[in-house]
Amino acid sequence: MTSPTTSAPRSSAPAPWPERHRRLYGALDRGAPLLAALALLLIWELACRLLAVPSYLLPTPSAIALSAVQVPLDSWLTHTWATLRVSLQGYALAVLIGIPLAVALANSRLLSRTLYPQLVIIQSTPIVAVAPIIVVVLGAGDAPRVVITFLITFFPIVVSTVTGLQATPPAMLELSRSLGASRLRAVRDIQLPFAVPYIFSALRISVTLAIIGAVVAEFVAAENGLGFFIAFSTSFFKVPQAFAALVVLVSLSLALFQLVSLTQRLVFPWSLPKTEK
Amino acid sequence: MTTRMEPGGERPAIRFDRVGQVFTSSDGSRVTALEDVSFTLRRHEFVAVIGPSGCGKSTLLRIIAGLVRPTDGQAEIYGLPVTGPREEVGIVFQQPTLLPWLKVRDNITFPMKHKHGRVTAAEKERADQLLEMVGLGDFAHKRPDELSGGMQQRVGIARALLHDPDILLMDEPFSALDALTRDEMSFELLRIWTERPKTVLFITHSIPEALLLADRILVMSARPGRVREIIDVGLARPRSMQTLSEPRFHDIANHIRAQVFRPGALA
Repeated sequence: MTSPTTSAPRSSAPAPWPERHRRLYGALDRGAPLLAALALLLIWELACRLLAVPSYLLPTPSAIALSAVQVPLDSWLTHTWATLRVSLQGYALAVLIGIPLAVALANSRLLSRTLYPQLVIIQSTPIVAVAPIIVVVLGAGDAPRVVITFLITFFPIVVSTVTGLQATPPAMLELSRSLGASRLRAVRDIQLPFAVPYIFSALRISVTLAIIGAVVAEFVAAENGLGFFIAFSTSFFKVPQAFAALVVLVSLSLALFQLVSLTQRLVFPWSLPKTEK
Repeated sequence: MTTRMEPGGERPAIRFDRVGQVFTSSDGSRVTALEDVSFTLRRHEFVAVIGPSGCGKSTLLRIIAGLVRPTDGQAEIYGLPVTGPREEVGIVFQQPTLLPWLKVRDNITFPMKHKHGRVTAAEKERADQLLEMVGLGDFAHKRPDELSGGMQQRVGIARALLHDPDILLMDEPFSALDALTRDEMSFELLRIWTERPKTVLFITHSIPEALLLADRILVMSARPGRVREIIDVGLARPRSMQTLSEPRFHDIANHIRAQVFRPGALA
């Protein structure tokens, strides 16, 4: 009774596409994200032109591109490097302090009871509001900006690393204890590697936060950097120029994000979920 | 075989003398995991421990491994009180507990690497021999996630055997495996144990598994864990699939079932 119905779908299955069609479909499928982005830009451009939106409110993509070209390359490089420098210094500081701190917190009940609440308080403080104070205290130079970036980036690294360290299978730590290995070795050989996926997910989030931190700091006090450049451009109603700087910032963020992902892929391929291998 | 001193002939390999274990949880409540547990294991004897969940079987194993200090009584290995982890003890856990970033062979030599910071050529060679022995000769350079559950557990067993421990503690090692793999692993373990005799303490939930493997079976009662009965299995070795159909096999199995499931036993 069931056999005719089960065989029916097979006979009515679509005949295989000609090779030509299949290749076109494949190309469309691969290019879909790019096509969607281009379509959005086109809609943006047309909407601004048709509705005659003034460029100081929302510039068209073409106006942004034009203003980007008009800014000297030298100037772009100076501002980009200033932001990148501060971001990377703050980020590096967050990694260098955050990961050892996480190891200490994960292994000491006392430390985690005493320090953790304070970390949460720091994280709950709006850093943007504290930024002017930090600038007053630390004065001119990169230092205040690096500290602001550090404060914004380090919390996710600490929290995620602690979670990762604590996700180590208890039996694995029992094995370590049954071998009579030192705590330090247990951290190095077992806990830290188990935390690698967690650490990298934090590193990816934090690297984009580092750019945000640098820009926030530059809004408060800076003489160059992309954040400063945006503040400067908007104060002169050069909105397309500010948008161009925004595009550079987004690109920078994306590039750093990809760089962290690539590092994980190359150095710790085993730490990726199976589907990403 | 090794430079280690051979243990004194008459001394039992493992001895529990009225061992009790009380855990105090963070809210201050106390749980008695073990109470007045006494038994001895002769050298190279295979003893299975069976009992309902939460009867302190794993605690028992952890005490011998030196991971937990008993709150009462004393545990001894070759006549010496257990005060910490000992060299002559190997442990196989319920889960394979392999390190996903290490190749299979490096997982087997991991205890040496972890303890001494390096692995000698002889140890690597021994790891390869053990891999052959557990039937994974071709998998030395695979990562654990490329292996099936049964294969991973074999790697866990090979790792516990690396330093040729005299005492092997196994905490429900086959419980995460499917029934067929489980039988296969049981015979595999018997073969290994015959080749290289060891004192084995094997914790299990499975009555047939205990009967197939052990010389004696320690039947425990539910919380607080006490020794209800120690049964001499008395089935001829070598054991095989035929052992499973012997009348004595069924008699003892029924007897244990009655013990474990008797009224109040699962409270």
